This record gives sequence, C-alpha cells and structure tokens, in this order.
Amino acid sequence: MISNLIKRKVFTLLKVQYSNMLEYRVEIALWAISGIIPFFMLNIWTSNNLNEGINFSNVMLSRYFLCAFFVRQFSVVWVVFSFEEDSLMGKISPYLIQPLNPFFRYFAQHIAEQITRFPFALIIAFFFFIFNPESIWIPNLGILFLSTISTFLSFLIQFLIQSIVACLCFWTEKASSIERLLFIPTLFLSGLLAPVISFPEYVKSWIYLTPFPYLIDFPANLLSGNPTNISRGFSMQILWIFLLFPLFKRIWTEGTKKYTAMGS
Amino acid sequence: MKIRKYLKVYAKFLHTSLASEFEYKTNILIDLITAIFSLIGSIFLLSIFFQNNSTIGGWEFEQALIIQAIYTILNGITNTWFNPNLTEIVKHVREGTLDFVLLKPIDSQFFISLKKIAPSGFLEIMLGFCLLIYCAIINQINLNLIFLTLCLITIICSICILYSLWFFISTTTIWFVKTWNATEVLRSFLYIGRFPLNSFSFSLRIFFSVFIPVAFITTIPSEVFLGHYQLWKILLEVMVAIIFLFNSRKFWLFALRFYSSASS
Repeated sequence: MISNLIKRKVFTLLKVQYSNMLEYRVEIALWAISGIIPFFMLNIWTSNNLNEGINFSNVMLSRYFLCAFFVRQFSVVWVVFSFEEDSLMGKISPYLIQPLNPFFRYFAQHIAEQITRFPFALIIAFFFFIFNPESIWIPNLGILFLSTISTFLSFLIQFLIQSIVACLCFWTEKASSIERLLFIPTLFLSGLLAPVISFPEYVKSWIYLTPFPYLIDFPANLLSGNPTNISRGFSMQILWIFLLFPLFKRIWTEGTKKYTAMGS
Repeated sequence: MKIRKYLKVYAKFLHTSLASEFEYKTNILIDLITAIFSLIGSIFLLSIFFQNNSTIGGWEFEQALIIQAIYTILNGITNTWFNPNLTEIVKHVREGTLDFVLLKPIDSQFFISLKKIAPSGFLEIMLGFCLLIYCAIINQINLNLIFLTLCLITIICSICILYSLWFFISTTTIWFVKTWNATEVLRSFLYIGRFPLNSFSFSLRIFFSVFIPVAFITTIPSEVFLGHYQLWKILLEVMVAIIFLFNSRKFWLFALRFYSSASS
C-alpha cells in the first residue's frame, strides 16, 4: 500500500516534469551545447601534444573528454537557483504544506531534464565522432552499467551539496553566490578541463580525499576505458553521499523552522 | 545638451542599482572570493598545460598570463555591465515590460544596456589589472605613451565587440522569447578566450576569428601588450569593433519592428 503510493507519487512527478521539460526543448538543446568546453580543452591538449607527458594517447584522451562531456551533461544540477527563486517569490509556502518534501519535486525536475537532454547529447557525440572517427569505441555492457551508476552517484553528490546550499536560503535569501563559489573547485578539480592524472603531485596527494575527482574524472575514466581504481571510486562516492545526506536532513529541519514565507 | 542629459540619467542609474546591490553585502564578499579562486583555478590549469612544455602555440607561461589578465578584466566588465543588463532583456520581453522602456523619452538601447550595475565585477577588473601589472614586470615591458594608447585602443575595441556579441544574442529574445540559455552558450565559447588563439587547431582558429571573434577579444590586445603587434591586426580589430557596434544598433532597431508586446 505504502510502496504503491510512493510509486504513484514518483510516477506522477516524473510525468509532469517530463512534459514540462519537453516544452522547453530548445532551451535544453542550448544547455547541451553550452557544455562543450571539454572539446575545446581536448583541442588544446592534442594540438600542443600536451598528453605526451602523462602517457595518454590521443585516442584515449579524446574518449576521456567525450565521456567527461557526457558525465557532465547528466550530472548538471541547478536546484539552488530554482529553490532561491521559489523561496524569494514565496512559492515554497504551498509546497511546504504538501505531504511531500519539495526537494523531491526538484529531483524529478532534474531527472526529467536529463531524459530530455539525452537525444541532444547523442547528437553532439555523433558530430564528435564525425570529426574524430578514430576514437569510436563501444564500451561493454558491464562498463556501461557501472559508469551509468557512477554518473548517477556523481549527480546525487552534487544534488546533495547544492540542496544543502539551497537550504541556506532560509537564512541568507541569496544562496546562489555560495553555489557560484563552490562551482569553482568543481570546475577546475573535477577533471572537466584536464584529467586528474595530469595534475601536479602536490595536488594529487590530497585531491582523492575530496569529492571532486569522483564527480567527473572517475565516471569518465570508467566509461572511456582508462585505468582507474573502481572500488575506491565507488566507495568514496557512497561515503560522500552518506556524509552529506544527514547534513542535508539536519539543515532542512533547522531551515524550515526559520522559514518566514517571503513574497506572498 | 543631449550628452549631459544622458550622463545625468546614467548617474541616477548608478545610484539606484548600487543602492540595491549593497543590500547584499555578504554576497559581494563571496563574489570577491569567487573571483580570486577563479583566477587561481585558471592559473592552475595553465600551469598544468606548461608542466611538460615550455611553449603553447608559441606563447610562454609568463606571456600566457597576460591573456589570463586581459580575460579577467573583460570578464569583470561582462559581469559588471553586460550580464546584469542584457539578461534583463529576456525578462522585459517575456513580461511585456519592454513597453515601458520603449515609451520612455530616452534611447531604448541606452536604457536597456546600462540600467543596472553589479559592483562585484569591479573586484575582478581590479584583480585583472593587478595581474597585468605583475605581467608587465616579469616580462620586462617598458611602458611608453604610444604603447599605452595602443593597448587602450585594442582593449576598448574588445569591449565593444564583447558588448555587441552579448547584445546580439540578447536581442534575439524578441523573436524566440526565451533565449536566456543562448547567453550561456556564448559564455562557454568566450571561455576559450583564456588561452592563446594559436594553441587551437586550424579549423577552430578560423571559427573563432570569423564567426565568433574571440580571437580579437583577448589575443590581439595581449600581443599589443607584449609588443609583438602588427599594425594591420590592430586596424582590423578597430574595423571589426566598428562593424559590430554599428550592426548591433541596426539589429536592435530592426528587432524592435517585430516586437509585439506580450502578456499585457
């Protein structure tokens, strides 16, 4: 009975958000295009033969950056921006009355957006292969499955971090600037612009303890078939989720007590 | 007479938007930290590129830092003026408030491009200048009057091109209503302005000098700054800037003919 109810909730939420997202196809296509920075980076790496120093062949590097593009496409999170707008406009109040944590709504929004985004990402990958035919490869099913899971875990970590930041809206009203601050290490340390293996030693010694390399570098290496420590990757991802989730619950309960229903 | 009126109006704009921005003082502090981290991040990325190579696209590390500095200045200008104002056009069109702008006895492009200001971008501009001065010292550049005027001319031209690009993209909202994400695409293309143009492959170089003239925006001013300039390049940049500015004006007047006042 209860599981049935949850299933219905999940299904309805997803359906509503998916039809909502389909309305904004063009926007989502533009979002997908705006994620092509890894390809520019690949161009710098290969045009200057920078990969010779780190034992990465051109083909492997281009696969790596393509996978980084994919992982990034399916782990983009913007919950803090939605939440900030809703809380400034007072839209949170009706959500709070409903017997459903509003973050489920945002979560469904993200999942629906990823489903909408999928065909666009495939088209971009198709063009990538036209220009780089030598890098075509087909990962085996097991790897595909594992990397999908690790991408999802990466998405979960980022969703939790951003939700925690979003909850700060209850105190400061404009939490998105904190998110922009947190985005900087994510951008430079996650492996989106350069594979973590190419980082200098003084960074590599501590970076694997932070969540950043597991956001893009680990799933991308896994998917592209580059060597990576699979068990460490998964355990660190799960560890970070277990660390962040209670923190989110805590800040959520504290925050809703602080809520002052702005705007309406 | 007319100029004085516009200056007076601009002073009022400054006053109102600064007053509203300073409501969020912590935000400005966080934005400062973000700007510093962002600069550190890009220098870190650059240092990875130079780990095993002494030059990239013919640029040494110390010289590539100049591009970084100019990019930071221009990014600061974008964040101070272009971003807050031109993303507002989307809102104006969607909510139909562009009517009010058009009815005002003042030029609509002036109003729409300069209404708001985000003071946090100033810090980025200052950071960029500090880095530029540092670069001048480590590259042993001797400053003289001709050199400074040439630098100033090219940077002003870059600002004009940058403004026109942003303005073009934002103006397309009149037809497509929601092109907020298009600015995000532009942002990701501009990202490559952090690196010397010569570090990309030939096809991308053509793309970034003909279709989206990122090349003109950072590389040419940096070359001038280094003293490696060729006169024809500077003249070309001035021409491109004039053409872009002129066309942005034309395009705005053209687009306005298609504006059909939404929602009211």
